[in-house]
Amino acid sequence: MSADRSVGAIAQHHRGRLAATIVRRTASFIASLAVTFVGLTAVTFFISKLTRIDPVLAVVGDKATQAAYDKAYQALGLDQSVFVQYGIYLKRLVSGDFGMSVLTSQPVLSDLLRVFPATFELATFATIIGVLVGVPAGVLAAARKGRWPDHVIRVVGLFGYSVPVFWLGLVGLFVFYGKLGWVSGTGRLDVFFDDVVTLRTGIILIDAAIDQQWDIVANAFSHLILPASILGYYSLAYIARMTRSFMIDQLSQEYVTAARIKGSSFWRAVWRHAFPNILVPLITVIGLSYASLLEGAVLTETVFAWPGLGLYITRALFNSDMNAVLGGTIVVGTVFIGINLLSDLLYKLFDPRLRAR
Amino acid sequence: MWKPLRYALLAAALAALTPQAMAATPADTLVIAKQIDDLISLDPAEAYELSGIEVIANAYDRIMRFEPTDVNTLVPGVAESVTISDDGKTFTFKIRAGQKFASGNPVTAGDAAFSLQRVIKLEKTPVFLLSQLGWTKDNIDTMVTAPDDSTLVVTIGVIFAPSLVYALVGSVVGSVVDMKVAMEHETDGDFGNAWLKTNSAGSGAYVIKSWKPNDSVVLEANANYRGGAPKLNRVVIRHVPEASAQRLLLEKGDVDIADNLTPDQITAIGSNADIKVTTIPQALLYYVGLNVKTKELADPKVRQALRHLVDYDGMANSFLKGAAQVHQSFWATGFWASYDENPYNFDPAKAKALLAEAGYPDGFSLDLDAPNFAPFVNMAQSVQSTFAQGGVKVNIVSSEMSPMLTKYRARQHQALMVYWGPDYMDPHTNADGFVTNIDNSDAATGGKPLAWRNSWDSPELTAATKAAAEESDEAKRKEDYIELQKKVLDEGPYIIMFQSTSQRADRANVAGYVQGSSADVTYYNLTTK
Repeated sequence: MSADRSVGAIAQHHRGRLAATIVRRTASFIASLAVTFVGLTAVTFFISKLTRIDPVLAVVGDKATQAAYDKAYQALGLDQSVFVQYGIYLKRLVSGDFGMSVLTSQPVLSDLLRVFPATFELATFATIIGVLVGVPAGVLAAARKGRWPDHVIRVVGLFGYSVPVFWLGLVGLFVFYGKLGWVSGTGRLDVFFDDVVTLRTGIILIDAAIDQQWDIVANAFSHLILPASILGYYSLAYIARMTRSFMIDQLSQEYVTAARIKGSSFWRAVWRHAFPNILVPLITVIGLSYASLLEGAVLTETVFAWPGLGLYITRALFNSDMNAVLGGTIVVGTVFIGINLLSDLLYKLFDPRLRAR
Repeated sequence: MWKPLRYALLAAALAALTPQAMAATPADTLVIAKQIDDLISLDPAEAYELSGIEVIANAYDRIMRFEPTDVNTLVPGVAESVTISDDGKTFTFKIRAGQKFASGNPVTAGDAAFSLQRVIKLEKTPVFLLSQLGWTKDNIDTMVTAPDDSTLVVTIGVIFAPSLVYALVGSVVGSVVDMKVAMEHETDGDFGNAWLKTNSAGSGAYVIKSWKPNDSVVLEANANYRGGAPKLNRVVIRHVPEASAQRLLLEKGDVDIADNLTPDQITAIGSNADIKVTTIPQALLYYVGLNVKTKELADPKVRQALRHLVDYDGMANSFLKGAAQVHQSFWATGFWASYDENPYNFDPAKAKALLAEAGYPDGFSLDLDAPNFAPFVNMAQSVQSTFAQGGVKVNIVSSEMSPMLTKYRARQHQALMVYWGPDYMDPHTNADGFVTNIDNSDAATGGKPLAWRNSWDSPELTAATKAAAEESDEAKRKEDYIELQKKVLDEGPYIIMFQSTSQRADRANVAGYVQGSSADVTYYNLTTK
């Protein structure tokens, strides 16, 4: 009886602790989110006020009369003090109103819901390519350190890391689309399939798959694969380099030698013993690389006419379209916080020491 | 390697390497690759960007218009005829019977009056086109009326030549909007502005089906169009920012038309039998504004000297080949009343002599603002090197367009290189921009015309511009403008260098695409393929 009670008490105690942890975690997550957003938007907002770009000109153009100019000036709220403007923005933001973009004449929220899925699709594919190729390549380079596989991987990696993505994109288009015809051209879909897919998630591959429109899935994939590979090449170069150096570090440790003495094969020692130990730092590297792709890749998006977040934010910045810039900044902030959180969770999954804590 | 696998891989590689069947665009769809990131509104009372105006020209009919079948003659459009009162101030337009909007509603004089009134009441950028007729928010409801469904009565508060009034109601703000549809979508007294930014309510050849910013514009045929249903059912304009990508798409047949190829790309595709290139002179001018607030530039002799220090032909025959032609007066060649002589040639010796006369035998130094993209970068560098031959040391200030224009509008520049496009097809638009300066004070509240921006105050030529706008004798009016252009060439604060030419590349099977000298006269509805 008493033993039962105590087991139950312990379980309850554990459950209580778990609940408390979840509550604490959630609260701290929301708090850090709020602080980050206020900080991010404030910095973006006040820096933008220092630029010489006149947001009114983006609306009315160069030829407007003073009256038309003044009207737009007031409509943008620019006659208020900077602090009042920022206060108004925050107040609206809390109620979920991101404001209107002056460049697209549409609510910033609906703009973001349109452009972010495009970027998400591209960045996710690029990261998958980067990880699937980059990690094994890095491990191989470390295992064959100083020999030809290492040199080849390093040179190929260096090339991917140092050649401008813009140039790589154009050459890629020229070869794989123009000459070989293996992939489709720019944009996300052929004109044939424009407006055929019902947009739910905004990620065409998924939306078309839900409707079982496999020809559209294939077409979207054939548009996606080249830009994703180009971006993936860039990120795999970084991932492979970091994997190599983490791995070299692990392979020189005594436990690897011990495993080998105990009769473990070389590759078994690499994958079963050394590799799990580089997972935690590797997750950080992959997370950062993924997050930077999710900000939008302006140059790739330009070359491939990919209507993503990078193009959206850049154009908004050049025209001082404040609501759009701030909305984009919030998305990027959320992405970084989200990826950080995800990395934290993955650390626990892969590091028994953290799990025990 | 396992043998069958090896063969399979080999076969796959071979299959992949054999040339693919030529891609083609859908048979009933015209696909255009174009840079459309300038587009911010599709409301004819608000849009003032080239891409927007081009789309609007295809979605709306206008009171007066350049028909797709003859883009050089302004004729009644929604109206069928017009009579003018004896005092020249009241224009009575008779509206063509039997016209329908895309919605099915009949096109009436009430719609036309509503369309003009909302331009004035909304007070967006293009309002200045109509407000110069003496129209204000307070008087517009009495100046523009529709006594019955087929009669539009337009009264102007100033004296203007009839041809100038026609040009104004034939510009983008003369687009006739379906009042019923617009008012159904009205919010907060905006006359449907918010809705019309992204939709259309017109009687033009096409209906705007969707506009996705930075992505595409899709148009669908309007069977009710006065000129007959368009030949192709759909027009898809895809935003392709990178010119090299546009070229590839065209070569592969994934688009029918590429709009923004560079001169060297045009040369490169010249040998491709599947593609044809069309060159169309545009009304856009490239010029340098010389701010006469700058001590040295205040002397007309110095300005003349600088006009002799530009290598016009050198640029036109090298990096501008096909993209621009030399033109030095303020109204482009190919339009009524243009002055086509180019009296200034590149002559450093003469320039030096003029500079010496003005008291600068050793030259001086000068800041030149220029946009940081093609062709301005090359043009600024060319000007820098040729000015140096006259002893004028140029410091190029390269920047984004927006901050540069802010500086220009505050007239804080010394010399500034940019372009100018007319607002409607009448020389008054450019005369007004380049010459008129009513109040040269820093606090002037006008539309900041170019003469003001360059601090050039010529009351005599301002008066001459006004007189030319009012002249009702067409032959005399033409003489006035030519005279005015000669004077500005002599005394003005500008180095007008080039008139741009547009080079468009089409798939060889595309026919009937109408592209005139500006976005107002680019029509899709006669295109076949």
